[in-house]
Amino acid sequence: MIDETDPEFWPTLWANVGEATLETLYQVSVTMLLTALIGLAVGVLLVVTDRGGMLEAPFGSRAFGRGLNWVLQVVVNLGRSIPFIILMIALIPFTRWIVGTAFSVTAAIVPLAIAAIPFFARIVEIALREVPAGLMEAGSSIGATKWQLVSKVLIPEAGPALVLGLTTTAVSVVNFSAIVGVIGGGGLGDLAIRYGHQRYSTPYIIVVVVVLVVIVTLIQAAGNRMAMRMRGGGPARTR
Amino acid sequence: MIELAGVSKTFASRSGAVRALDDVSLTVERGQIYGVIGRSGAGKSTLIRTVNMLEAPDSGTITVDGVDMTSLGEEELRVARQRIGMVFQHFNLLNSRTVRGNVEFALEVYGVAKAERARRSAEILELVGLTEKADARIAELSGGQKQRVGIARALAGNPSVLLSDEATSALDPDTTEEILGLLRSLRDELGLTILLITHEMDVVKSLCDAAALMRDGRVVEHGLLTDLVMRPESELSDGLFPLGELPEGRDTTVIEITFVGLASQEPVITRLARTHELDVSLLGAAIETLGGKQTGRTRLELPGSPAAITAAVEDLRAQGLSVRVVREAS
Ligand SMILES: Nc1ncnc2c1ncn2[C@@H]1O[C@H](COP(=O)(O)OP(=O)(O)OP(=O)(O)O)[C@@H](O)[C@H]1O
Ligand SMILES: [Mg+2]
Repeated sequence: MIDETDPEFWPTLWANVGEATLETLYQVSVTMLLTALIGLAVGVLLVVTDRGGMLEAPFGSRAFGRGLNWVLQVVVNLGRSIPFIILMIALIPFTRWIVGTAFSVTAAIVPLAIAAIPFFARIVEIALREVPAGLMEAGSSIGATKWQLVSKVLIPEAGPALVLGLTTTAVSVVNFSAIVGVIGGGGLGDLAIRYGHQRYSTPYIIVVVVVLVVIVTLIQAAGNRMAMRMRGGGPARTR
Repeated sequence: MIELAGVSKTFASRSGAVRALDDVSLTVERGQIYGVIGRSGAGKSTLIRTVNMLEAPDSGTITVDGVDMTSLGEEELRVARQRIGMVFQHFNLLNSRTVRGNVEFALEVYGVAKAERARRSAEILELVGLTEKADARIAELSGGQKQRVGIARALAGNPSVLLSDEATSALDPDTTEEILGLLRSLRDELGLTILLITHEMDVVKSLCDAAALMRDGRVVEHGLLTDLVMRPESELSDGLFPLGELPEGRDTTVIEITFVGLASQEPVITRLARTHELDVSLLGAAIETLGGKQTGRTRLELPGSPAAITAAVEDLRAQGLSVRVVREAS
């Protein structure tokens, strides 16, 4: 039990919350960076290696394309079907192998990214499938390479959907990052458990919840705004 | 300029194989505007898509500007496609880019440097009359403006050939006329060879020099419009001169005479009356400008003895006129 009437209580709380918030933001940012890059790549591969996709037969081998697509589908499904808390625990040896420890602010990024990548990859896949085939065809008729079709047509045309998907993923990662607090992953979740739960301090719980709500709200607002601009709802981008 | 020889293509579908192209041969001369018309499912889109190999044919050869398209590797094909512009019914523009951006997309693909891209795109937008809209987003444009962007993009590679798959089918009649006018002026100014697909006879009538009629994957009729109209049994020419139904309930002979150059029409009717003493009555007439020439078709009703009519028809044919006996009196 902490003494909430102690004059040092509130200054300590703000200092703790500030530090934990920075830890959470760091965790979420690095996780999202990895997720955006790898998830996008996996999502693109899921689409282009599918039957009728532009890479259904990489290196001239249809079997390779099929196999690659199948493996990616299985990995993505697996990653998405395992509950995060179990995934996090199961990954402890792997995390330790990569980071050196399984329990630190940085170490927590490993399970977070491994949970978020399949989640985002699936969203990318769905967003890319919405791009009309006619646009790809127009690109081909111009003589675009496969890489140009992906980088200049497929991804930009799915832009708003990708940004909204990334936003949804980021909100989930904020949630998950609170869970990693359970195994000493630092951040706001850690703080809520150590002070709010183990020492029964209601102010800590309330402040942590408020900060999390603010973070999630800001992420969502930024995502919506960006997607809206890309859709042309805002002023046209000047080049 | 474009030559298809014995091109066939079969699609496998759930309801069995569909022969979308059945031994199609077709030649489009340099600078020609060539229309392909036919019902839905006739194979028109498949045909035009084989020209730039978006659809590889099962057999046959496709030559564009002297290049055998079917023999090209992936890389060579990309280069060849830069000289073949294509416009689409639903425009297929990048919504993520502005009008200028859509033209620059093509220029980027062609590896044009940045400063040159800006210059070229401005030049092309001027050509299609979209200078004012250069920085507009695609969503802000009307259908006609969108198709102008589609045409601008297709022109980015300085093509010698333009393919158009129902480019005006999603547009209203006035806008259609505008876009057709643009295509015509591009042919005249840039010497483009244009192969276009349409299901509207009016498009063929107002724009094309030559046309082909497709049915069930086959080209059933083709040629210069000015030649087609002189072929009495041509279905295409029936479409070009809609004279309506024949009058019912009268047992008379009806013939149709096609003229190129209207001056020749009057004397013919006079001649029939004078020389053959037939009491001709005019059932209908249509005049069209086809391939730049005023062309007309007259439908005449000829009462009289079968012998007199036969003589009259032979006389007209002997003068080099295209005469078709539409109905014979019993
Ligand atoms: N990718 C495909 N797979 C299977 N069948 C196809 C495919 N593309 C075309 N077909 C079939 O080939 C035939 C010709 O199609 P095509 O699109 O060339 O017709 P079209 O003349 O352009 O018709 P429309 O006027 O409706 O555009 C149709 O029966 C169509 O169903
Ligand atoms: Mg079609």
